Amino acid sequence: MLRVENLQKNFNVKILGDKHIPGCHDISFQLKAGQFVSLSGPSGAGKSTILKCIYRTYLPGSGHIWYDSANYGVVDLATVSERILLDIRNREMAYVSQFLNVIPRVSALDLVMEPILTRNGVSYQEARERACHLLQRLQIPEELFEAYPATFSGGEQQRVNIARAVSWKPRLLLLDEPTASLDVKSIDRVLELLTELRQQGTTMVGIFHDPEIMKKTASHIYPLQ
Amino acid sequence: MNLQAWRTQHQSESLHGYNFAFLDDSAKKEIRRSLLKAVAIPGYQVPFSSQEMPVARGWGTGGLQITLSLILPEDILKVIDQGCDDSVNAVNIKKFVAKVAEVNSTTDTQAATLIQTRHRIPEEPMSEGQILVLQVPYPEALREVEPSELETRRMHAEGDYARMWLYLYEDIVRYGEISISYRYPVTVNDHYIMDPSPIPRWDVPKLHMSEHLSLFGAGREKRIYAIPPYTRVEPLEFEDHKFRIEQFPVACSRCGSCNSYLDEIISDVDGSRQYFCSDTDYCDKRCA
Amino acid sequence: MEALLKARRLSKIFGPGCSLCNESTGPDFDTNVCPHCHSVVACNAVDFDLYPGEVLGIVGESGSGKSTLIKLAHFEWSATDGEMTLHRSGLPAALAELLADKADQYTCNLFGLSQFQQRQVRNALMGIVYQNPLLGLRMNVSSGGNIAERLLGAGWRHIGKMCDRASELLEKTEIPISRMDEPPKNFSGGMQQRVQIAKALSNNPLLLLLDEVTTGLDLSVQARVLDLIRSLQREFQLSMLVVSHDLGVINLLCNRTMVMKHGRVVESGLTDQILQDPQHGYTQLLVASQL
Repeated sequence: MLRVENLQKNFNVKILGDKHIPGCHDISFQLKAGQFVSLSGPSGAGKSTILKCIYRTYLPGSGHIWYDSANYGVVDLATVSERILLDIRNREMAYVSQFLNVIPRVSALDLVMEPILTRNGVSYQEARERACHLLQRLQIPEELFEAYPATFSGGEQQRVNIARAVSWKPRLLLLDEPTASLDVKSIDRVLELLTELRQQGTTMVGIFHDPEIMKKTASHIYPLQ
Repeated sequence: MNLQAWRTQHQSESLHGYNFAFLDDSAKKEIRRSLLKAVAIPGYQVPFSSQEMPVARGWGTGGLQITLSLILPEDILKVIDQGCDDSVNAVNIKKFVAKVAEVNSTTDTQAATLIQTRHRIPEEPMSEGQILVLQVPYPEALREVEPSELETRRMHAEGDYARMWLYLYEDIVRYGEISISYRYPVTVNDHYIMDPSPIPRWDVPKLHMSEHLSLFGAGREKRIYAIPPYTRVEPLEFEDHKFRIEQFPVACSRCGSCNSYLDEIISDVDGSRQYFCSDTDYCDKRCA
Repeated sequence: MEALLKARRLSKIFGPGCSLCNESTGPDFDTNVCPHCHSVVACNAVDFDLYPGEVLGIVGESGSGKSTLIKLAHFEWSATDGEMTLHRSGLPAALAELLADKADQYTCNLFGLSQFQQRQVRNALMGIVYQNPLLGLRMNVSSGGNIAERLLGAGWRHIGKMCDRASELLEKTEIPISRMDEPPKNFSGGMQQRVQIAKALSNNPLLLLLDEVTTGLDLSVQARVLDLIRSLQREFQLSMLVVSHDLGVINLLCNRTMVMKHGRVVESGLTDQILQDPQHGYTQLLVASQL
C-alpha cells in the first residue's frame, strides 16, 4: 500500500548562508495494507523527517513515495498535486505529532468530534457519542471535555491528540512518538486502541522511542542508520 | 403663422433688437439638441449650457429656457406655480414669455399647448401634443446619498442603485414608512432613477404612461431631462412597502373635490384649518 | 474536483510600464519599481486556482502585492494583464448564461467584462472583508442596513425578508440583535469587523475575500474574529482568499498558502509545509521572524 523508494531530504537554510542540514537519505521500505511498520534508529536519524515527508509537511528532496490511494489509485506523495494531497489527507491519511498542534480555543470534545463529523458523515449525536467514548477510553476526565486542551497537562494533550487522529478511522495513520509523554497506564490504553484500529483495517507507520513498545505493537521494523 | 412671417411682421415693434422668444437662435438650437437627446434617453440628465436669463438662477430659468426654445407664435401658454395660475412667479414668467414671443396665454389646462409648472402637475389629464415643462431645483436624485457628481454618473451608467434603495430601507426601518413627500425618486423606462422635481407624491403616478411629453429643466444645475409620452415611470417601492400617495381627511372646502391634491390653509384670524385644491384651474372649473 | 476560480498571469503595473518592467523587478532585484520607467510592478504573472471549500492564504510583507491580488479579484482595480474565470456550475443560471464562453465549463475572462457586469458578478458571487471597516461599512447607516445594502444590490426588494436575513446573520456573527438598528460607528473594532463579515456573507457568496481582517485588533478580539471566520468557513464550506502578513492567521485558516514578495509569488504549497519546511530564503526569514 505504501512504498518509499530512495527518499532523500535535505534542508537548505538560506538565511544561515545556504547551510545544508541533512534530514534523511536512501530510505526505502514498503508496507502492505494492514501492516504496522515502525521506524527505529537513534535520535537524529531522520525518523520524523520521513513521516513528515510522507505527510508532505516536508517537501521530499528526491525519491518516491508510492501510495495506493482509495480514490486516486497509485500516486507519488512526493510529487502529487497539493490538491490531491489535501484530499488524501482529508479522506485517508492522518498524522499524530509529538506535540499537540491544534486549533486554539476549541474544546477537547469538539476537537475529536470535528474529523468524525466532516469525514465520516454521521449525525451530530453519533459523532458526539463516539468522541465521548474515545476520550473516556483514553482516560480524559469528563469535566475536561468542554475545556480547551491548551490548559491540559502534557499527557492529556497528547491523548486528545491521539483521539483526534484515530477518531475517524483513517486508512493510513502516521504516528510520531505518540506515547512519548504518557504514563504506563495511558500507554497501554493507547496501544490497545491502535491494535483495535489495525484490526479494523488501518495501516500504520510509527516511531516509538521505547523499543519494548515498538516490539509489542509493530508488525515490521525498519531500522535506520 | 410661421416664424419667418412673424419676424417680418414684428420687426419694428416693441421688441426691437430682440430675437423671437428672447433667446438667440444658436442658444435655442443647443437647448433643442439637448432636449432631443433627453427624449431619446428617457430619464437621463443631459448637460446644457444654461444661459443667463433676466431672472435669477433658481427662479425657474431651466424651465424658462426650455419654454422659450420650444414656443411658437401659435402656442397657447399656461404657467403655474404649485398649481396656482395667479401666483407672482407664475404671472411674471407668463407675462415675460407672452411679451417676447407674443403668444396667447390661458389658465385652462385643456386649452394650453405648453404648460410650464413649478412643483405640480395639473389635475386634469393632459393629452398627446401637449408639453409639460417642469422647473427643477435639484436634478440629481442620488445627491442625497452621494455628493460626488463623478460617482453619481457612474452609478447611473451602471444602474448601481443599491444606495438609493438603502436610503429608502433605512427610512422604513427608522420611521415605519418612506418619509419622502416631495421629489419622490422614480425609475424611468426600467433604467434610470430620476428626480421628478419637487412634485408631491400625489402627482407621481401621472407621469406613468402619460400621453403628454414632460420636459425637466434645471437652470442652475445646467441639466435637462425628459419623459416621452407612453413611458414607464415607476416610483421606488418595496414588495412589502408599496408606494402610496397622500391621503386627505376632507374634501376641498371650495369645490368639494375628494379627488385632488389639497393645500392646508390655516386662518390668520382664528387658527382654523381649511383645505383647498392646490390646482386653481381645476377648482375654478368645478365651481363654474 | 475542478477549481472554482482560476487566475492566470494576474498583473498590475502602476505607471506607464515598459518592456523591461517585468525582467528588472521582483525579489531577485529586491524592488518592484522598474529602474527604466519607474513604474511600480504591484504584481506580476500570478497564477492560482481556488477549489470549492478551500482556503487559500496569501502572505507577504507590506507592498508585496498581496492586497493588489484581492483588489484585482474584486474588480476594484483593473488588471494590466491576466485573466480570471469561474467554474460555471456554481453560478446562478442567469449569470452562468451571461458569462458563458463557448462550450467551456468556465466563464469568459471576468476582467473583460464591463464594469456593470463586474458589479453584477460581485454582488451575486463575492463577499469581502477589509482591514479597515470604513471601507466595507457605511458608518452612519444601521448595521441591518449595511447588510441590506448588499441584498438590495443583489435585487432583493422585500423589507421584511431583508430584516430577517440581517438579524440571522448578525446572530451568526454574535452581534446582539437589539443593536441591529445602531450604526457601526457606535461599535468597537471587533464588532465592526463582525458586522463586515455578516455583510460579506449576506448574499451567500461563492467566494469570500479577506484582506488583513484582524490587523489592528487586540489579541483577544483577533482570536474571537478568527474563531468566527473558522466556524463559518466550516459551516458554509466557504471558499476563501485570505490575505495576511500574520503567519498565525494563515496557519489557523488556510489549507494552502502563497508567499509573495515584490509582486511575485516566491513560493506556494500546503500551509504546514510552508511553515515547517519553507524553501525560499524569504519565506525562511518570514518563518524565523515569527514572534
